[in-house]
Formats: sequence, structure tokens, C-alpha cells
Amino acid sequence: MRRRVPVLPVFLLVMWLSLNGSLAPGQIALGVLFAGLVTLAVAALRPVSAWPRRFDVAVCLFFVVLVDVVRSNIAVGSVILGASRRQPHVGFMKIPLELRDPHGLAVLAMIITACPGSVWAGHDRESNVLTLHILDLQDEAAWIRTVKQRYERPLMEIFG
Amino acid sequence: MNHVLPWAVYFALMCVSVAMGCATIRLLRGPQAQDRVLALDTLYINGMLVVLTLGIGFGSGIYFDIALLIALFGFVGATAMAKFLLRGEVIEP
Amino acid sequence: MNAINVPLWAALPAAALLVIGGLLTLVGSLGLLRLHDFHARIHAPTMGSTLGAGCILLASILVSSALAQRPVVHEVLIAVFVVLTSPVTAMLLMRASIYRRRG
Repeated sequence: MRRRVPVLPVFLLVMWLSLNGSLAPGQIALGVLFAGLVTLAVAALRPVSAWPRRFDVAVCLFFVVLVDVVRSNIAVGSVILGASRRQPHVGFMKIPLELRDPHGLAVLAMIITACPGSVWAGHDRESNVLTLHILDLQDEAAWIRTVKQRYERPLMEIFG
Repeated sequence: MNHVLPWAVYFALMCVSVAMGCATIRLLRGPQAQDRVLALDTLYINGMLVVLTLGIGFGSGIYFDIALLIALFGFVGATAMAKFLLRGEVIEP
Repeated sequence: MNAINVPLWAALPAAALLVIGGLLTLVGSLGLLRLHDFHARIHAPTMGSTLGAGCILLASILVSSALAQRPVVHEVLIAVFVVLTSPVTAMLLMRASIYRRRG
């Protein structure tokens, strides 16, 4: 099933309406006009457009990321508060990926960097290997499992 | 009626202000330029949170727009400086 | 302060969220001082910009909805904006730091 949803105009319309805080017909008309014009203007800048396929998987991924953000906040907080006894063991690690879609990779970069304790440090386009920087690197296999199973597999389903 | 929320607002303001102090110390002391840019970014986010907390305390919606503007300018400034550190110029030909 | 007029059902969760968000932001910025290496320090402010900002924004949504007696959700825009932009800065800074240490 390939249903194409125009994401950008809908997002802009929702943003316009919530920024104005009203659902009056005039605001809706203005928002539709604004969203259409901006979409046309931006189309020349970004020739590759994103078509997310599975919105149910995206909602699941959102909650998975929310849980992970809370968990890694607690982990990073305990590392910071215990830093006088033990400085964390920082390090880089490499993860080979299967995801190739540029939008999927962009969302993966955002998820990884938004979780405290890990920052996206680079990606090699030819070998498709991701470099991560981890605040407290102790168990590399656990990080590989987290990235590949919790984030990469849903993203491959969403962006196909 | 109830004084729970004002005290929570005072507490959060105190926490975020101390956090801004920490970021300022790192901004002034940071050994490398990237430390200073990171501290400036943190300072902007914390300033936005102070404005939002004040908005909660005064029960006014005006503070929301200021917070949005602070977040916007903080992002543009910090990204421009990080890009400068990375490449030596901001907008490449 | 106008916050006294907020009804209790909104004031209690908002107060808890404010306290949690303030503490998270404080711990995150404290990490800027307590950690010794830039590569460790870059992880600390992420706490403030994800969960700290999220808690305070949720408290703001609760209070302004209770005061206006209708759902006011435009604070979600700030959350979306911060979530979209703070990783960009962190990634650029990380790459800049790697580049400057190598060169």
C-alpha cells in the first residue's frame, strides 16, 4: 500500500493554526495559502522529498524514543553526579548500518543525538558505517543492539 | 488559594538560574573555542526556560513568543559558530 | 504572582513537572563544570534540552490551558523546535571538535 501523504504542507498548516491558537475559517484559509506557497518555494531547494509510509510504526517509535530519553537522562544524571569519584569512560564506536534512505538516516541522527549520552559523530556513505560517541562506553554490544533493533528496524519500515 | 505552584516556580527559577551561572563560568573559562560555543548554546536554552517559567508564574501568554524567539536566535547563533569552527566560514560559496 | 489562581488539579502536576524540569536542567548544566573533557561535556546539556525543557513546557501547557479554560497547545511548537534543532548544533560541534583535534 503506497499512500502518499504531503507531509510538509500539513505540518505547516498545523503549525500556523497552533501558533495563532484558533480554528477560525479565515485562519484556516490563510494557513492553507501560506502552506501551499511555502511548499512551492521550498520544492526548488530540496528535490528529494520524503514519503513516510507507516504512521503506526512512527507513533510506536516516538514512544520508544521517549522511554529511551527518560532512561538515558537518568543514566547521564548519575554519571554527572558521580563524576567526582569516577570520570566517565568516553569513547567512539562504529556500527555498520543497513538503512540507506537519507531521511531515515537524518531521523536516526536526530534520535541518537537527542538521547543524552550519545552523539552522532560521523557517517561514511560508501561503507554505510556510523560512528557514535558515547559518554560512558562499557558495553558495545548493548549499544549496537539498541541502535539496530530499537531504531533502525522501525525506520526501515517507515521509509522503506 | 494554593501556594504550591508559586513555590515550584520560585524553585525552578532558582535551579535554572544556577544552571545559567554554571554555563557562564564554562563560557568564560572554557579552554577551547568549542567549549565556549557549547556553553553559549546551553545558556540560550536555559534563558528560554527562565522566560517560560516566568510565563507560568505570571500566567501570561506573552512570554511564549519571547521564548520562541530566544530559541530561534540561539539555534542560529550556535550553529553559525559551530559551522565556523568546522570550516572557517559560515556560508560556503 | 498570578499562579495562585490556577486550580488545584493543574497546579499540583505542574508544580511537580517544574521541580523535575528545573533539577534536570541544573544537573545538565552542572555537567559542564564537573566533566573534564570536551567530548564528555557535550553530552551534559542534552539533558536540559530534552527532558528538562520537555517537563517545563508540559507544565506551561497545563497552566495556560487551566487559566484559559480551553486546551492551549502552542507550547508544543517550542518543543518541536528544540527537539529538531538542538541535535543539529550538537552534531556540528562534535564534528568541529574532531576536526580541530586532528588538525
